[in-house]
Amino acid sequence: MNKIMCACGHENPEGTVLCGSCGRPLTEEAENQKLVDMRYEGSARRSQTFNKSIVDKVWNFFSSVKVGVSLIVIILVAAAIGTILPQVFYVPATGETEIAAYYERVYGTFGKLYYQLGLSDLYGSWWFQTLIGMLGISLIVASLDRVIPLYKSLKKQRTRRHESFMKRQRVFGIGENTLGEETFAKSEEQLKGLGYNVKHEDGAVLGEKARFSRWGPYINHLGLIIFLFGVMLRALPGFYVDETMWIREGETRAIPETPGYYLKSNEFILETYDKEQADEVFNDAIERVGTIASNYQTDVVLYKKPEDALPGQTDKLEEVKKDSIQVNEPLKFEGFAVYQMDFRLDELRSMQFNLSNKATGESLGDLSVDLVEPEMSYDLGNGNKVELLGYYPDFTGFENGEPQTQSPIPNNPAFLVKMTTPETPKGETSFVAIKQTVEPFGDNKYKLEFQNVETRDVSGLTIRKDKTLWILALGGLIFMIGVAQGSYWNHRRIWIHETKDGQIAVAAHTNKNWLSVKKDLDQVTLVANLPPYIDQHDLEALEEKKDGEKSS
Amino acid sequence: MAQTKQQRLIMRTVILAVLVVAIVYTIFTSATKEKVAVLSVGDEAPDFTLVDLNGDEHRLSDYKGQGVFLNFWGTWCKPCAKEMPAMDRQYEVFKDKGVQTLAVNIAQSDFEVQRFTDQYGLDFPVVIDKTKSVMDAYNINPLPTTMLINPQGKIEKIITGEMTEQDIAAFMEQIVPE
Repeated sequence: MNKIMCACGHENPEGTVLCGSCGRPLTEEAENQKLVDMRYEGSARRSQTFNKSIVDKVWNFFSSVKVGVSLIVIILVAAAIGTILPQVFYVPATGETEIAAYYERVYGTFGKLYYQLGLSDLYGSWWFQTLIGMLGISLIVASLDRVIPLYKSLKKQRTRRHESFMKRQRVFGIGENTLGEETFAKSEEQLKGLGYNVKHEDGAVLGEKARFSRWGPYINHLGLIIFLFGVMLRALPGFYVDETMWIREGETRAIPETPGYYLKSNEFILETYDKEQADEVFNDAIERVGTIASNYQTDVVLYKKPEDALPGQTDKLEEVKKDSIQVNEPLKFEGFAVYQMDFRLDELRSMQFNLSNKATGESLGDLSVDLVEPEMSYDLGNGNKVELLGYYPDFTGFENGEPQTQSPIPNNPAFLVKMTTPETPKGETSFVAIKQTVEPFGDNKYKLEFQNVETRDVSGLTIRKDKTLWILALGGLIFMIGVAQGSYWNHRRIWIHETKDGQIAVAAHTNKNWLSVKKDLDQVTLVANLPPYIDQHDLEALEEKKDGEKSS
Repeated sequence: MAQTKQQRLIMRTVILAVLVVAIVYTIFTSATKEKVAVLSVGDEAPDFTLVDLNGDEHRLSDYKGQGVFLNFWGTWCKPCAKEMPAMDRQYEVFKDKGVQTLAVNIAQSDFEVQRFTDQYGLDFPVVIDKTKSVMDAYNINPLPTTMLINPQGKIEKIITGEMTEQDIAAFMEQIVPE
């Protein structure tokens, strides 16, 4: 690689546009420009310095701002497509075939295509994550490639710049030195008063302010990278849990993904606003909508199994605490939070029956069948007994004479019972279901009549753990610091030189807010009697406008 | 000169390599997270203890040195019911060769399980996982699921779905202690 030796004696890396020390234009292109491009201080972006090996080529690809912007656009478009239909985890179906069927049923051919293209799980797809990963690489590589040369360039900058650099600055002026040596002393004093860092050496003054504003974009990128790192950690075990569980009143269940914790639901509570008690302003809404929920709550007991207990050993559970889980008020333990998310009301819990004589209607007694733990037989006294032969919690019909159940949940309970009374000592068999009684062995004398049900509610809970949250927050904070740093501060520089022929040259540069740097310069001009400056950018614009008018 | 160039190449290679490894690993883990069971073949089978219908406690580690044919099932699950008689017959064949059969019912009532075992005349121990904690430890999703546990206590094979009697015999043969 060739270094470029500047006339001032400073050695610059290949690709440099403006000498890092004195600011002379080093390329023909720069020399022909009226104004220099001050982005990255004319330093050589590293991507432009090597282009030989495959690693360099990959590096240069990711270093390109065009590539970075393209990646952002592609990701935005893809992410937008992912919002057209609900993603897989919001769909009320489980299992691949069911999910596929759901998309086709609800959204038609488009839904089917959407599912087949994998857009239904877009954010979890390998290609979307690859895009995010590539954006991460782009952020890191592009930032490194720019911030290091920029840092070196700003660190190395000389107080005295070359005249060719000065006159190519946007704000530039040249004229008589009316105050002699005083010019510099007064300028220096005034610049310091304005909060500038001032360097004064061999007939040149450089006032510089808020250089750190130039690091804003890179701090900003650092925040983004930390954020992406946090998101990446979620994929690793132990950092992120997002599970759901259904629990019925009275049940004790292992909490998924937690180390030996169990939850018992004592009660699910659904409360609604009462017209009498609620503020008057809500009356209209209550009248219009009917009932409005005011509280969803599950009263629970949290248990932990002893250290040495094995799964399945639930007799020695230790109570940790009682709690009421409400919306936005989760049960918290050991980094986990259990949220109230969903509910189902009135699942059957037990059924009451009455045994009676069909002919006389005489009652022989009541029995209650617990649908969770039914008993083998129910003794009604006086020699009357009901034996349970079969229990079908979710009865769907008979198959080869055999009653079928499609799930273990008592959605449609049915029983095969044997009724024994002193009058019928051999027992009579009956099949009892809701609104259906079958007497398989001929007419019975006695019947079991359905009386009543007791129900219970089911709570849908979500178990969450997120150890990456603080990393995401930190990333976001650093991101915002970077934004503020780059937006609310401006890097301003004012150069005041004595030229070879004894004149005074002034130039100024800022990365944004030119009005303010001009105001600063105006104040210095007033005190130190500096030559008037012009904004060459305005001049250029004016000329272009004139040219345009002429040709039209 | 050549030295800085080489340093830079090494630097770039290292940075790119670290990033690529991190990204590939992330994508791989998130892609496989949901689909593959937490347990896989070769893992130590998590120990548990459950009570059977006679009130006897069955602890998995008590069967070390024997193969364990661990079947998860429910009475409402038709393929489970279908394979039960075949399992019972093969249990009789293999119990003297050192293969124990253990059927874990998922949180049903004693009544249903008792009636079911009576109806099918099952002789092998049937335990009930009332709190679904064993189901959770084994990450059981579809029923039936069967785990073959070898005499060393490691998972030899995970079978989801119904098995024929031939399958069952072959699987039990696989975990006979030497």
